Amino acid sequence: MSAATLNGELLAANDLSAYYGERKAVGNVSIAFRREAVTALIGPSGCGKTTLLRCFNRIHELSFEARVEGSVLLDGQDIYDGGVDPMAIRRRVGMVFQRPNPFPTLSILDNTVASAGRSLNRRRKLEVAERALRSAALWDEVKDKLKASPLRLSGGQQQRLCIARAVAAEPEVLLMDEPTASLDPIASAVIEELMASLADQFTIVAVTHNMQQAARVSDVTAFMLADETGTGRLIEVDDTAKLFTKPSDRRTEDYITGRFG
Amino acid sequence: MTTPSDAIDERGFSPRYRRLGRRRIYASLGTALALCCAAIAAGALLVILFYVAVQGIGAINWAFLTQLPHPVGVPGGGVGNGILGMLIIIGLATAMAVPLGLLTGIYLALFGRGAIPEALRFLSDVLSGVPSIAIGLFAYAVLVAPLKHFSGFSASFAFMMLMLPLLVRTSEQAIRSVPQTVREGALALGMSNFRATMFIVLPTARPAIITALLLAIARVTGETAPLLFTAFGSQFWETSPNNPMAVLALQVFNYAISPYPNWQQQAWGGALLLIVAVFVLSLGARFMLRRAMRGLDA
Repeated sequence: MSAATLNGELLAANDLSAYYGERKAVGNVSIAFRREAVTALIGPSGCGKTTLLRCFNRIHELSFEARVEGSVLLDGQDIYDGGVDPMAIRRRVGMVFQRPNPFPTLSILDNTVASAGRSLNRRRKLEVAERALRSAALWDEVKDKLKASPLRLSGGQQQRLCIARAVAAEPEVLLMDEPTASLDPIASAVIEELMASLADQFTIVAVTHNMQQAARVSDVTAFMLADETGTGRLIEVDDTAKLFTKPSDRRTEDYITGRFG
Repeated sequence: MTTPSDAIDERGFSPRYRRLGRRRIYASLGTALALCCAAIAAGALLVILFYVAVQGIGAINWAFLTQLPHPVGVPGGGVGNGILGMLIIIGLATAMAVPLGLLTGIYLALFGRGAIPEALRFLSDVLSGVPSIAIGLFAYAVLVAPLKHFSGFSASFAFMMLMLPLLVRTSEQAIRSVPQTVREGALALGMSNFRATMFIVLPTARPAIITALLLAIARVTGETAPLLFTAFGSQFWETSPNNPMAVLALQVFNYAISPYPNWQQQAWGGALLLIVAVFVLSLGARFMLRRAMRGLDA
């Protein structure tokens, strides 16, 4: 297990554990994420990868009796320090969820700029929305129906809208929790392409249980596995190419060769 | 895989299918029974509606809707002041019950764990079971007796108490039924809990909340018992809630127990109006509910 070293990494976890009540879902994870790269978190179901991801924007603590031990450093600052405002953290660390979750009562346009609140005038709103929708590769499909309900979009379009919504907030880190889990292969391919292109601007951490996807889109891959008590442990982090060809841990090798999970 | 019990009998059926036949008979019996019960329930309702309509339709005309009641023995007259009083009293009750019920519902939905929320839920369930006449009596004790006069406002207060538990529990349910992912999506953008609730969660729950409100209004529209010693009734166009007010349901009650055929006729007319009002409110509620369902799947 590589220790979290802080040589200019934007996001890092230090001896991080996450609990639901008494249950320790993630245990003592230390990891640093490379800037402007895609890091994939892989592992079998229930290994704590989603929980770990949700610790990075303090969404984990919204769950019932959830708590965190250890630290998460964002640009060197511990986001779990007493005085830190979770809202400020979430503006810098955006998130895309497993299932598209557009706001059902807002138009496509208002969904895109939801993070800006009501502070934008009409022209500025359109500018921000266009830029975000373009970077989410959705602009051409929705530019004529910005006032329409997002529920009329397909699942893949809805997910790209959610990506646009996260991007419009101009975060530094983008967390993605199995962003293609509920999509068909074609829509998934579009999202994967998008992830690669967004990596120029953002530090992306993406959970996936699809190893091919991890191999295709990520620069770095982290492998997690639950131990015998059900606590998720970080087994190995390495360049994606190396982890999938010459893993250093036997459990990683067993997993990627399909011996379990 | 063939086991002895699967063997085909002399009629060409395996025992498994014979059993299926018996099951099919039970299933049809069950369906028939359910249909009978449904027919009885719906039939009773239709008979009531039909009977009231036949009895009441003759009383309804423009004068009935717009005029003051006439004294005994003078034909004609109407329940216009009762309709006005009903609108004012229910309007006031709604204006008080909505903010109170909605905010309590939001509180229960968002911070609903622990002793205080549980106590609130329990109290609200108890309140919804309290007979309306007891609530009227309470309104009498706190708003009529001390002030030494009946008033429309005391009736509004009683109606508010009747609407409150319904609004609290249904708005809590409506907010809870908004998928957690929608709320998390809002919070993940850095929105405050307050903004996420007011601008994202609440609008998503709005059709369901309006449904609940319409049902709560329908619930009190026909209430008569609490009015007996709060609004009390009036022969005039009373618009001040500080004074005794005429209310349609109360007029129906007074007319129905009177010995005068003209008044009895008007009681049926009033009853028909009440049924129509509740019917319209329920239809509106169903319409909103359908919108709510459509909003939430997809």
